[in-house]
Formats: sequence, C-alpha cells, structure tokens
Amino acid sequence: MNAKMFPPGKNSPVGQPLDRVDGLLKVTGQARYAGEYPQMGLLQGSVVSSTIACGRILSIDTSAALQVPGVVAVIDHTNRPHVASYDKNYEDADSAEGSPFRPLFYNDRVLYSGQPLALVVADSLELARYAGSLIRVEYQADAHETSLTAAQATAHTAPAETPKPRGNFQAGFAGAAFTVDAHYSTPNEHHNPMEPHASTVIYQDDGSLHIHDKTQGPQNCQDYLHKVFELDKEKIRIFAAFVGGAFGSGLRPQYQLPLAVMAALHLKRSVRVTLTRQQMFTFGYRPNTLQHLRLGATADGKLVAVGHDVIGQTSRFEDFTEHVVEWSGMLYQCDNVQLTYKLAPLDVYTPLDMRAPGAASGMVGLECAMDELASAAGIDPVQLRVINFAERNGNEDKPYSSKELRACYEQGAGRFGWSQRNPEPRSMRNGRQLVGWGMAGGVWEAMQMKASAKASIDGDGKLTVSSATTDIGTGTYTVMVQIAAEAAGVMPDDVTFVLGDSSLPTAPLQGGSFTVSSVGTAVQQACRALRAKLLDAVRMAHPQFAVVDMAEVGFGDGYLIVQDQRFAYADIVRESSHEMLEVQIDAEPDEKRNGYATATHSAVFVEVLVDEDLGSIRVNRVVSAVAAGRVVNPKTAGSQILGGVVWGISQAMQEETQTDHNLGRFMNHSLAEYHIPVNADIGDIDVVFVEENDEIVNELGSKGVGEIGIVGVASAIANAIYHATGKRVREFPITLDKVL
Amino acid sequence: MNPFSYSKPADVSQAVNLVGPASRFIAGGTNLLDLMKENIARPEHLIDITGLPLKEVRETASGGLMIGALVSNADLAWHPLVESRYPLLSQAVLAGASPQLRNMASTGGNLLQRTRCYYFYDSTVPCNKREPGSGCPAKDGLNRIHAILGASSECVATHPSDMCVALAALEAVVHVEGRAGKRTIEFADFHRLPADAPERDNQLADDELITAIELPSARFRQHSHYLKIRDRASYAFALVSVAAALELDGDVIKDVRLALGGVAHKPWRDKAVEQLLKGKPVSRENFVAAADAMLRDAQPLEHNAFKIKLARRAIVRALSDAAVGGNA
Repeated sequence: MNAKMFPPGKNSPVGQPLDRVDGLLKVTGQARYAGEYPQMGLLQGSVVSSTIACGRILSIDTSAALQVPGVVAVIDHTNRPHVASYDKNYEDADSAEGSPFRPLFYNDRVLYSGQPLALVVADSLELARYAGSLIRVEYQADAHETSLTAAQATAHTAPAETPKPRGNFQAGFAGAAFTVDAHYSTPNEHHNPMEPHASTVIYQDDGSLHIHDKTQGPQNCQDYLHKVFELDKEKIRIFAAFVGGAFGSGLRPQYQLPLAVMAALHLKRSVRVTLTRQQMFTFGYRPNTLQHLRLGATADGKLVAVGHDVIGQTSRFEDFTEHVVEWSGMLYQCDNVQLTYKLAPLDVYTPLDMRAPGAASGMVGLECAMDELASAAGIDPVQLRVINFAERNGNEDKPYSSKELRACYEQGAGRFGWSQRNPEPRSMRNGRQLVGWGMAGGVWEAMQMKASAKASIDGDGKLTVSSATTDIGTGTYTVMVQIAAEAAGVMPDDVTFVLGDSSLPTAPLQGGSFTVSSVGTAVQQACRALRAKLLDAVRMAHPQFAVVDMAEVGFGDGYLIVQDQRFAYADIVRESSHEMLEVQIDAEPDEKRNGYATATHSAVFVEVLVDEDLGSIRVNRVVSAVAAGRVVNPKTAGSQILGGVVWGISQAMQEETQTDHNLGRFMNHSLAEYHIPVNADIGDIDVVFVEENDEIVNELGSKGVGEIGIVGVASAIANAIYHATGKRVREFPITLDKVL
Repeated sequence: MNPFSYSKPADVSQAVNLVGPASRFIAGGTNLLDLMKENIARPEHLIDITGLPLKEVRETASGGLMIGALVSNADLAWHPLVESRYPLLSQAVLAGASPQLRNMASTGGNLLQRTRCYYFYDSTVPCNKREPGSGCPAKDGLNRIHAILGASSECVATHPSDMCVALAALEAVVHVEGRAGKRTIEFADFHRLPADAPERDNQLADDELITAIELPSARFRQHSHYLKIRDRASYAFALVSVAAALELDGDVIKDVRLALGGVAHKPWRDKAVEQLLKGKPVSRENFVAAADAMLRDAQPLEHNAFKIKLARRAIVRALSDAAVGGNA
C-alpha cells in the first residue's frame, strides 16, 4: 500500500463531502441533549415569568404551590440565597454594554414581560409546572414603552465604532443624477432553535457541579457561574456534546443555567431547568430596526453618495449593538459615505446576536435600495453592482484578502438564467401568477479568534483532537475531523474530535462564522505539531534518521515516510516510551491578516410567483453563489447555505415576533403562530461555491459559512416581488396583505 | 397542566353519565392537550372516548353519509366515499393542520377546536372567552387574524377549523347524545356568534357528546372548491377560506353554497347571498356581486381590513374554480 500524501493533493480529506461523523448518533436518538441526561433523584425546575413589562413585585404568594406534594422548594427574590452584587460578576464573553440582567431574582424590579420571577423545584416537571401555575404575583405596574416606532425620538448614538463619515455625503447626494431615499423596517425575531434551552446540573458528592447546558460556549458559562456564584472554576464543568440549534441564542449564558445552579447549590441536589417554548421568547432576539437609506448615483450608475441611518431597539439596562450599517460602507465603492447607528431603550429584554447579526437586517435596507436605484437609473441590478464593485474595504481602506464576488454574480446569474429577464416590472407571467426575478448581494466578515487545541495519537494509530468549542448543528465535529486528518496525515476514520467540555483547551464562542477559521487553525497546528512529535520519536528510535530534516519527511495515511522507510504512526507510538504522543497548541490570527480586509460574499438570485388577486407569494427557486474561500466539506457547508436561504425566505415573508404594546408583551409566542417556513414553502435551492483562493485569511484558506447564507436573501425576494408586481414593500416581513 | 383523573368508558351512555362539573371528553387531544399545558383548560376529570364505537363511515338510507365522531380527520379525508362524493370536504380537511395532527384529530373534536386568538392562548392576559368579563385586548391589539363578520364588543375571535367551513356549506347535521337522550343540530346552528357570552363556542350542553356528523346526499361533487389563504403553505390557520359549491344546469346556477372561514366566530354562511346567485348564469360579474353581498356587513379592526378585500377576491376565485370543476 502506498502512503497517500494528503496536502495539498486532491485526495485530501479537506474538500470532501464527508457524511456527518455524528449523524448516526443523531438520527438514531443516541445523541443526548442538555435536557435529556438521566440522573437518579433529579429535581425539575419550572420558571414563573412576569406578566407585566415594567414595575415592582408587591407580593408573591407561593403558599398554594408549596402545598403541592412533591414540591421541594420555591425560590424567589424574597428567599433566594446570596448572589453576587456587582455588574462585572454578571458579564460574559458576549455581554452588551451596560448593566447585565441579573436572573437570580435579584430584587423586586420587573424590567420586561416574561422576566423570570420564581423557580419552582419539584420531583417532576409536571408537578413543577403545575405548582408554578398556582403562584400569585401582585404587581405595582408602571407605564411601559415597547414600541420602537413610538420611542425612536429617544434614541441615542450606539456605543459602537461605526465607520467615520468619508467624503461629503450631502454634496454627493445633492449632485447625483439618480437618487433613492427610502425607509425600511425589520421586525423582532426570536431564534427558536428546535431544542429549548435547558440545563441539567448534576451535583457531585464533593459539591462540584457537572452541567449539561445548551450553549455555544461551555467556557463562557463556566466563567459566568464562577463569577455569579463565586465558585472555584475547578468546581464547575460544563458539557455541551450536542446542541439542537442555537443561531446565537446560546452565545450568552441563558437564565435557566444560573437558576438551575442556584437550586442545586441551595438544595445540594441535582436539578434540571428546561424552558418552555413560550419562555424561548423571554430572552435575546434579533432587534427591530428602522432604516433610512439614501443612495445617489451618476448617470452611468456610479455611486456618489451612500447614507444609511439605523435605529435599533435595546433594553433599558444594556445597549446591544451589532454591525448593521458597516456593510453599506464596504460592499460598494463610494467616496461619500455617512453611516449612523442609534439605539432606543425600551421595556424589553436585551437583543442578542442572531445568525448574521446586523448584516441580515442592515443588508435588507442596502440591497433593496440598490434595486430601487437600479430601477431609477434603468440599469440591470447585477450590472449596477458590478459597476460599483469595491476592490478595497472603504471603511478600513484596506484591500480584500480575496473577493470573488464578481464570480458570484456571474455564476449565480448564469445558473439562474438572469440574462432572460425582462427588466420591466409586471412583464413576466405564468398563468394566473406574476413572475418576478430579483437579486441581491451578501457579505459577512471572515473573522478569526484565538483558540487552542490538543492532539494525541495512541498505539493503535487513533488520533484524538479536542477543543472546548461546540457543534450547534453546523458540522463542527465533521470538519474538524477532516482538518485533523489532513494535517496529521491520517484517514478520517482514525480521527475522533472531542468538543463541548469546558475542561478542554480554550475555544472562543461558537459564532460569527469563525469556528473553522479559529478552532480549525488550532486543530491544524496541533496536528502539524504532532507530526513533529512523531518525527522526534522516529529520530530517537532510529539513529539513522537522527538528523533527518522535516522537509525530507512525508506524512499520510497514518504513515511517516522518510527516505525508503515507512513507519506506521501506531508503531511509532508503541516503540516510544509513551502510551500516546500528545501536543497542545495555542493558535492566533496570523499577522499578515492585519493589512487586509477579510470577508465572505454572495450573490442571491430569486424567482417568486405572485398570485396578485390573493396576495400569495411563493419563492419558486433560489440560486445562492457563495465565495467563502476553501470549503472544508461541501456537504455540511452546502447545508449551512441551504439553511441560511430558508431562513432568508422566512425573514422576507413570515417571521416576526409580534408585540402588543398595550400589554408590553410578545403575543405570538408559539411555533403555531410564530411563523417560519414549512417544507411546502420551499422550492428549488441551488447552492454554488465559487472558487476562491485565499492565502491570507488563514492557512486553511477557509472563511466560514455559518452566516453568509442568510445575508441578502430577504432583499433578493423583496426585489423579486417588486419585479413581479411593481410594488415596493419596505416593511418586513412581506406578508400577503402587503401585496394585495 | 393540573392533576386530573381519567376514565375510559365503553359506550356512549356510560360516557355521558360520567360527565361531572369539571370533566371533559378527550379523543385525539390535539387541541385539548395544548389547552391544558397552557392552563387554559383545567379539567379535573378526563373521559377518554376513544373506546366508543363511533369510528364508522356508512351510507344513510337517504343517500347521504353518516360519519362517526371518532373517525380521524385523515381517514375522513381519504375515505373513498368522501373523496368521490364530497371532494369539498376532503379538500377542506386536508387544508388543515399537518398529517400528524390529522392522524390523531377526530371528526367530532374538529368541531370543538377553540380559537387561535393569541390572547385566548396566553393565560396571563385578559380574554373574555377564557375569563368572562376580563376584557378583550385583541380589539385594540394584534387583530390581523381576527373577525370581520359577526363579532361583538366582547370578542373578535375566529373559529379555526377548515373542515367546519365545508360542513357548513354541505349543510351537515350534527348528531349528539346526552343524559336526556339524542338530538340533532343543523350545522348552521351548531356554532355560536360571540355576542355577550364568548366563552360558549357552540350549542352543546355540558353533558352532550357528538356521536356523528351526517351529510345529506351529494349534489355538488362536480363543482366545488375549497380555497384557503394563509401565511404559509401548510400548518397555518386560514386568514380567509372559502368553501364554494355549485349545482349547474348547463351554464345556469341551480343551487349554490358558499361558506367562509377565518372571518367570524363560526363558519360564515349567508343564504340570502346564495339566493342571489340561484338561477343566474355562471359569470364573473355575478360572482363579484355575490362576494360584495357576502361582505356587505363586514367590520374591520385596525389590522384586518385586508381580509375584506381578500375575502371578496377569494369568493370570486373559489366560485370560478368550482364552476370549472375545481375539485379535479
């Protein structure tokens, strides 16, 4: 058997559509989620939530609840154990600016509707929930405001570093041959992963805690609990082996975690707290935005003014910021740019990053306005974007490490058949249906964080690689196996990747599309370092190779090859004096990134069918062409884009958490009434990854694909609806009543 | 969910004799279990009727169909006699819920679905239907999905069923049995308008159990159509739905049935409007006139005026499709 020399040959496991290594466990129900771990004597907690948006608790009557046989305790602000009292104790790795919410029934203040007020702990979940329904809370209700539209005048400048104005926007806009001046709005949306947030706290004999939590950052949760409960970190171990979707909802520790821990510490028992679907609407969400877009272009379509002003909502206690307007300063070439971003505090919970935070909202305004500009100027929407292609990121005045967006436009348009489009609105029909073709571009940052990984190989030649990241359904287990296999020179079947454990080497939160870039780089470097260890072992055991240089050595298929000799990794380990060879490394972004802007891009093409009589809209087909560097696994990456496109369809036409502003409360808090697409809503989705070679972004050349799939989709759909009907709907979601 | 006791009777008279002050019948439980989990229904005793012999579909002497109350929605929709003679009913049933729910849900239970008004479903806010006298936040709140016809100052909720819209159009008869014996209720009389007692959805007495739904002999199999308009392609309640059925003599309308869903506290039918169409030829103008007449008394709330326009257009579309054999 000849050793396969993986990198950079085409036999490398990286780039292969490997099936998910955890797929069998998941589809056979063997993958356990945070709320599923069995434990003898486990108590169940149920959270009682506030029903007013602002005020004080006058009294909580828990007597009826306490009389229910099987109820062990009711904890509220009048009887809670001591907890930390400084803001810094409640901060976490994804905190917003301000004073973090204190979920442990800190005092009698009610800051938002749905706020946790009490925890009932009982022998069973059913008992806990029933007893919770018997608790009577008396409030002193104060006036509240939950409407961003009503409160927009109170908005203050967001504590965010928005790009400084450049050039002279006013002059550019005033002198433009064609202008667009339009207002758009995007609604509140909740993450609603299929798996609700849950924490199972297993109380150990020594008083330490093993916790199965739904999180995108086990170490963030460990650190948070350490600070809130003033507990040694060694006494807290967080596991998150499987996460049933998160989309950002697990970036911050959610309140079920500290509540379960408080009960466990108080009762010295194991406790689980699982949120109900209704309670999944009682913490972070994608915030409502009001957007004002002003674009100006010359007669031949060159942008001479880009103005994007956004007001987003936040809570009274924290200023949640996201990158909403930045994209308008970087996607296109323009010398006169003015971007502003304000926040209006409301009596609501703090928003939270949700898939492509900021971009998914901000690009709605920009890319719809670009379509309006294309119409005004009589230029094809793709052509308008090509005319304004930016070679450099204007916000930072840096060149892109790579930017194959032109290829996205070309290949996407080609696959879609864009050249057949009649530019005239209402010009294309299919029976009763108006046919609309629209497009938009997408962009997301390609970030990299510090991360660490450990790699070890045993006497059977089995490689184990670990890092304290998570797999929120994205395929992290699988792609890390592929990266490790390539870097170590073993077959994927011989690799196990371990994640979801706070005791593993440090990893950043799993979010922002930077897991492959950050953890993947650490995995790659750890496995490379392991090669060096293997070579050292060969040098030790075989004096004839004592001075052989790394450059003369090949690694692949589980073998080290030097000159004419092949050493199986298994044999090298067995011949060494160690049970296994092990190495841990800390990886950080390469300095050469500093001179460049790094981003993923996409071009999205959409066909909608509109039955104008009845207002019904169907997204019949979508082509999404994505430039994201080297794709580690086209299957899992493709699924990321598919999911993003489906969510974009949702964002465009269905999804909205509706607030009753009289009550200050979200009202459609169930999956029956919070609409997201069903299978029948989804037509054909064609995902294209264009070739993009990037030697700067990281050594893998891979940018991450978690966010880019959703960006631009909603605008492309809105633009297609305009093309079909001649109507511009600028208030999202575009439900059927808006096109009637 | 509160603690409850449970019994499973073997026949109808035993079942109705088990009825007490806080008891509820349960069949598929597709709605009742949700209501219990949300603390909206708090029965202390559940009478499981799934053991009762009410699972047959049979032809009646008069050429109609008698559908047992426990026939599942799925079995009803796919029953050969229903598919061939009452395609309107099949279409309507299949437009509702999801396959999993239709497998569980019973025919009788479908009539007793509670409204999907957000406020009814959140036990922490006022709702006259849930807690009489507590108020109706929907009137000045999120009322995009609410009623445009037959509402009252107490309640603007709609009935959520698709099946019932078809049953209203087909003039089904509801067979019920209580302690006092058996009786039948015309479908049009079965559900109530909210008036000043929105807590009562229908005319059933507390001890009465639906045993069967009877369909008169089929006259509309050639020309009927169920049109449902909703916010997504499946698993969403109707914003507006239309059950349209025509009996044609050449081009002339001999008889017609028209019922609306998603617009009122009950399936909405107006015999005067049907009368308008009788004897007239099939034409867009006539359908438009009927649609206008059907919506003449519609009263919009702040966010649901679109339903009036939508219902008009949907009526015209459904009648037009029915005229050309819309059930094909």
